[in-house]
Amino acid sequence: MAHASMPVRQSYDGVVAAVPVTVPYQRYSPEPAHWWIARALGELVRAAGIMPQDIDGFCVSSFTLFPDTAVGLTQHLGLTPRWLDHIPMGGASGVVSLRRAARAVQCGDADIVACVSGDANHVDSFRRMLSSFSRFAQDASYPYGSGGPNASFALMTEHYMKTYGATREDFGKICVAQRDNALSFPHALMKKPLSLEQYIAARPISDPIALFDCVMPCAGAEAFLVMREDNAKALGLPAARILSTIERHNAFPDDPIQIRGGWEMDRAEFWSMAGIGPEDVDLLETYDDYPVISMMQFEDLGFCKKGEGADFVRSHDLTNGGSFPHNTSGGQLSVGQAGAAGGYLGLVEALRQITGAALGRQVEGARTAVVSGFGMINYDRGLCSGAAALAGAGA
Amino acid sequence: MTEAIKRPRRKDPQKRTVLPTLPPTSRSRRALAFTAAAAEGRFVLQKCGDCEAVTYPPREACPKCLSMNLEWRDMPEGGRLIAESTIQTSTNVYFRERTPWRVGTVALEAGITVLAHVHGDVAEGGRVRMIARTDKSGQGVLMALPEEETENMADDKQLRELTCDPKHRRVLITDGRTPLGQAMARALSTAGASTVFVGVAETWRPFAGADELAAIPSVEVMALDVTDTVSVNELASEIGGKVDILINTAEYVRAGGAMDRDGIVTARDEMEVNYFGPLRLIQAFGPGMRFRGADGVNSACAWVNLLSVYALSNWPAYGSTSASQAAAYSLSQCLRGEFHGSGVKVLNALFGPLEEDWRQPLPPPKVTPEGLAKAVVGALQQGLEELTVGAVAEDFLTRWKQDPRVLARELTQPEGA
Repeated sequence: MAHASMPVRQSYDGVVAAVPVTVPYQRYSPEPAHWWIARALGELVRAAGIMPQDIDGFCVSSFTLFPDTAVGLTQHLGLTPRWLDHIPMGGASGVVSLRRAARAVQCGDADIVACVSGDANHVDSFRRMLSSFSRFAQDASYPYGSGGPNASFALMTEHYMKTYGATREDFGKICVAQRDNALSFPHALMKKPLSLEQYIAARPISDPIALFDCVMPCAGAEAFLVMREDNAKALGLPAARILSTIERHNAFPDDPIQIRGGWEMDRAEFWSMAGIGPEDVDLLETYDDYPVISMMQFEDLGFCKKGEGADFVRSHDLTNGGSFPHNTSGGQLSVGQAGAAGGYLGLVEALRQITGAALGRQVEGARTAVVSGFGMINYDRGLCSGAAALAGAGA
Repeated sequence: MTEAIKRPRRKDPQKRTVLPTLPPTSRSRRALAFTAAAAEGRFVLQKCGDCEAVTYPPREACPKCLSMNLEWRDMPEGGRLIAESTIQTSTNVYFRERTPWRVGTVALEAGITVLAHVHGDVAEGGRVRMIARTDKSGQGVLMALPEEETENMADDKQLRELTCDPKHRRVLITDGRTPLGQAMARALSTAGASTVFVGVAETWRPFAGADELAAIPSVEVMALDVTDTVSVNELASEIGGKVDILINTAEYVRAGGAMDRDGIVTARDEMEVNYFGPLRLIQAFGPGMRFRGADGVNSACAWVNLLSVYALSNWPAYGSTSASQAAAYSLSQCLRGEFHGSGVKVLNALFGPLEEDWRQPLPPPKVTPEGLAKAVVGALQQGLEELTVGAVAEDFLTRWKQDPRVLARELTQPEGA
């Protein structure tokens, strides 16, 4: 296809994200998704000092809302929005919701969009979700050992290790650093320190993946608001500007096994739109359902070259006080994975960090953050990828 | 290297029988074409009729050109294992009871990659030969085998879940009076069955090959008449708890159709053996086998129906027998449904004219009793559910798959078969 001229993407000037909300996670809870989403929405309204009817845009992500969608939630929760979206993109939901909501606000289709993700976790929910996750999973992956994402990522991890020489110690360093970050984060479900020795000696789950490579499914919710910058100022809300976003689905379908994500297709545009480079980023929140995918994000977003993820990890301290603060709340690996809220966790945490409102250890002088999302192992690989660059008030 | 499975010890009757659980059963309707081919032991994938792209998992449209023209085609079996994992913990009860379980990503010669079960003897990163089989849920799955045969290969724990290998299993052959029943007994004995029970009706009546039959290693001759409910039930009460594979060799074949026969006596005899026979056997032996689908090395695993290929479409020259065979064939599908959940497979072996007395005037090519027995044992070892034996049957099945209504018209022509 020939382009007469490269279209220039409009900036998100004048739009901000604000009011990061986390509803504390629980390993198991009998409450349904509606309960978690309602709590998050109530928290948004209280924290922002607005009325529920001020919310005229509503964006929802949840795996366990069935038989409802965002539509049913409007009546259930008494909202009358003029803009409504349902983003079923798992780990990419946060970034994608942000960019959709930002355009809606920017164009005047809505004034205040509440972006909410929340999921239930009943005792048998996880098994039930896996067995009916997608048609391809049902036809061609679940019947092969029913390992779920553990097995899918085990194959990717094994292949990545063989190809680039990454070791379990390298992945362990990511997990151990995140646990360190989680120890000061009040909502983390994992509260004990983790050593590299414990990581290496952990119970095998799906070789080469062991217990501490896996997230713990749980119940919880995450949320934030998107509005005009002047609106946030008038409400007295600390807020973050959106420098750039990208989104991509089913990238590189002919790669025999996933070794990169969609970020690689879009990273040049991502950085050029943001007007900054990887060296300008104060903290990175990757989607970390398994450490291998965080390592791929270091590479594919351009923090290091392809295949050098392990070296990058070896040469950095990934804790909040370190040279490369990464997954500063502890990430899903230490906080827990509350379904689709796992796709919001990094974004909500980044909003706190760059507005100086960290609940755990504040990254000193944090102004600029990159958040990336990754979601939906439809068959053998994650299909959705996205990223957002955010800047706090001082940036 | 795979370790040879040891012959299981006699079961302690006090011990609890492990109940069958299943791997995931649910599939899209599109994927059932893969299952149907796997039941025949064929490895098929969708290929685009327009751009030739091979696709998997099963789709509704070609992901390369959006053509709706996707056709299921046999695929080359070769491939290479490019990634693997041994699953140690699973959310599914069936796999949870069987971990560790090896799976892998295979780059196929056909040009795409697939997820598959992986045989223990496949080398890391090694070349593989793909097979498609039905698993305990009755759904098609892929397994990567070593490219070359290895020692005790069939004894691999994961492969044996897909097969119905007679090795160390106890078999009941329902009629040993015929050359077919005797050939079957010899073949199963040779295949390593631990006991081959062979039913003989009216034991006091001598028959050709009786002494030779009794002399086959592992054979135990039992009184059994499939036309007699009491006889069937008596044998089931004696050995019903230890029949792992049942092969129904009883058949009643007479030439002729409907119009030129006088009365229904012969037709009734045909139905007694060919339809009510299996029905009695199912009622007497089915529940026990269904209960024992996960009962260790010698779990119940297969029910074998030997059916004339004319069960699929009536050949008027043997029209009345064909009708009774059609009833038996229809019953086999019911049985498959009733065995679902047990892991016991129903193997239908459709054969062309057999080399035996009642089909004496039919021209060659014919299937010998030994050939049919060998094919059945091979199908059990491979874990197939559909088997076609002999050139006539294969040709017939090809025509039937092309268009059963055209075949039905052909069969009513004077030179039809």
